[in-house]
Amino acid sequence: MTVKIQEPEQSESKYAETARAFRQNVKKDLANAELRENFHGAMNYLMAKRAASFPSDDELETLRNQCKLIKQRALLKLPYLLEKLESNLQANGIHVHWAETITDANEIIAQVITSKNGKHIVKGKSMVSEETALNDYLHARDMEILESDMGEYIVQLAHEHPSHIIMPAIHQNKKQVADLFDKHIDGFDYTTDVDALIGEGRRILRDKFCHADVGITGVNFAVAETGTLCLVENEGNGQMSSAVPNVHIALTGIEKVVELLEDVPPLLSLLTRSATGQAITTYFNMITKPRQSDEKDGPEEVHLVLLDNGRSQAFADEELRQTLQCIRCGACMNHCPVYTRIGGHAYGTVYPGPIGKIISPHMLGLEATKDLPTASSLCGACGEVCPVKIPIPKILQRLRTESVKVHSGSPDELKGAGSNRKPMEATIWKIWSFIHKHQGMYRFSMWVATRLRGLLPSKLGVWTQVRSAPQLAPKTLHERIQARQPRG
Amino acid sequence: MTELNSQHLRHYPNKPKQVYLYGTCLADVLFPDSGIDAIEFLEQQGIDVIFPQGQTCCGQPAYNSGYQQQAKSVALQQIAQFPLDIPIVIISGSCGGMMRHHYPELLKGEPGIEAFCERIFEFTEFLVHVLKIKLTDNGEPEKVAMHTSCAARREMGVHITGASLINQLDNVELVIHKQEKECCGFGGTFAVKHGDISAAMVADKSASLVDADVVRFVSADWGCLMNINGALEYQKQPLRGEHIASYLLARTAGKKAGETDNDS
Ligand code: SF4
Repeated sequence: MTVKIQEPEQSESKYAETARAFRQNVKKDLANAELRENFHGAMNYLMAKRAASFPSDDELETLRNQCKLIKQRALLKLPYLLEKLESNLQANGIHVHWAETITDANEIIAQVITSKNGKHIVKGKSMVSEETALNDYLHARDMEILESDMGEYIVQLAHEHPSHIIMPAIHQNKKQVADLFDKHIDGFDYTTDVDALIGEGRRILRDKFCHADVGITGVNFAVAETGTLCLVENEGNGQMSSAVPNVHIALTGIEKVVELLEDVPPLLSLLTRSATGQAITTYFNMITKPRQSDEKDGPEEVHLVLLDNGRSQAFADEELRQTLQCIRCGACMNHCPVYTRIGGHAYGTVYPGPIGKIISPHMLGLEATKDLPTASSLCGACGEVCPVKIPIPKILQRLRTESVKVHSGSPDELKGAGSNRKPMEATIWKIWSFIHKHQGMYRFSMWVATRLRGLLPSKLGVWTQVRSAPQLAPKTLHERIQARQPRG
Repeated sequence: MTELNSQHLRHYPNKPKQVYLYGTCLADVLFPDSGIDAIEFLEQQGIDVIFPQGQTCCGQPAYNSGYQQQAKSVALQQIAQFPLDIPIVIISGSCGGMMRHHYPELLKGEPGIEAFCERIFEFTEFLVHVLKIKLTDNGEPEKVAMHTSCAARREMGVHITGASLINQLDNVELVIHKQEKECCGFGGTFAVKHGDISAAMVADKSASLVDADVVRFVSADWGCLMNINGALEYQKQPLRGEHIASYLLARTAGKKAGETDNDS
């Protein structure tokens, strides 16, 4: 049964405000040497792991092309595949809910939990639940929700949110984690040994699994053909969250649907290798049904909540639709020179890094995210590694155009289009264009500039805070060539 | 954009008698020597070089800032300056990437746009693939590093052709610096709009070039050179980068870099 959208009014995501503070966040995090070191070390490690897992360029290219086509094929018939997914899941006994907004998703989940008198919830890793700020929502309703992924558990203890989509606590080093455990866990035997730290976390979580009423997880691939929910993980917590409590609620975005079961193996192979350089993860769960009468374990009820939250805006535009190909591997952030330096929290969005820059505008609007598309040198490292070949730099450029264009008010316009248009900047580009399309004007301007080079200030704003000012040449190349005698 | 850059997918013409030179706006007012050196080098190879005085800027600054219309009118003005069906050699990988890979979309529907883009060659690409050049090194033994701009690397494959030219120089050892592939933080207006992030990037790039322990580094892009050299000068480091056209001219002529006899 489809649950109808409950409340059309949506309060603004808490991330809109933190995204608006991007520039302040950047300043603060760039100044944090320990944080920078944590990211730098981790990203170098992840880049090396990925590179080692793709020994052949040709194989990588073939696989990337194949997976891009799989995702594009799914997107081409997205409405049809979503219906098919729904009917196949229902036939398997799984309840399907549609959520247009983050509030809808949270309400649906809270209703399911309440209907089961649930109080204690364990959650496997789910970025979509970060997107909806589900923990805050359930907390406010007196429910206890515990993160069971080790990284998520750490950020929950620290009252933070993930700084990376697959490594939520990558901004913390082992010493910081040990200090955190020391502060929050009774009887913690202080150690900075990584295995011991993980063991300590597991000990606490294991007990929680046994007493949880409801388990919540994300979904990596939702297979329309068979009505199967696939969950990729390394810690077994996804399996515990989805199999031990009596009710399992899976929450995901509508773009996670794939058409066929045979689409999954290539996507899985590319996902794990791009993400962590693993040939395959330790666990791969395929969930098709609630517990059957002849089965000894598994949840009695399984629910899937499918969230839109701006994805249909991206879907409506052929170029921006490509953002929905994303399989959330994190490779784009691992290779991003900006992410590596500012870290994941500075973005202020749920999804950081290059992918965050191109999907957050759909979730939060271009006004709240206006500093994100320009915070890129367009170096192209992200597009080069993206396993499903999303042309991220191209999309950044498109978002720049959208954010400085004259706001038309048309209903097809992206949310927040034109919000970064500054009259002064627009005028400067008009003048720039005028000069550069009139050769006489250009040559005259450059002639004047080089003649007045002595007047060029030695301080040029932010440029000269870390660099010497460039010196204009005494004569332009145009002039020197004109004066040059051709060789005989 | 992939590691298998566009050079693999390209058909290269035979050595022409004549080419156009595209000097770029940065070289025009800041670094004209490299333009003169490129012309001299090409002339030494027996090629006539035409420099249309009407050229201004490829339009990339406006394009990357989201001002498509403004970029488009400037781009159209460039095309009009290069009427002859001969190669256009550009002494910047990033402007080359703009003209070869972004013009087709920016100027979609303009007559002859594909043919124009086919005529665009980055300087090192032209030397390696069109001239199939063999260099004779007349310089003293030295170690150099190379920095390739990101557009040059990912759109034009300049890291391959640039390195292959340096490797032809018998007395030069090319040193790979740490995180060689990483962006220097220039990115045009990015360096100004997000000065803090750009500063952190150029700090790391310049440090890794200094660490490489070389006497100089070469690049095919003045944007990156201006950025990295500016940072090195500010840090009072003696290391400097120079344009690959000037470097090749100096090495093959047996001069020390910076000693080409241009009147300025
Ligand atoms: S955009 Fe590409 S590289 Fe980035 S997370 Fe998504 S799939 Fe991975």
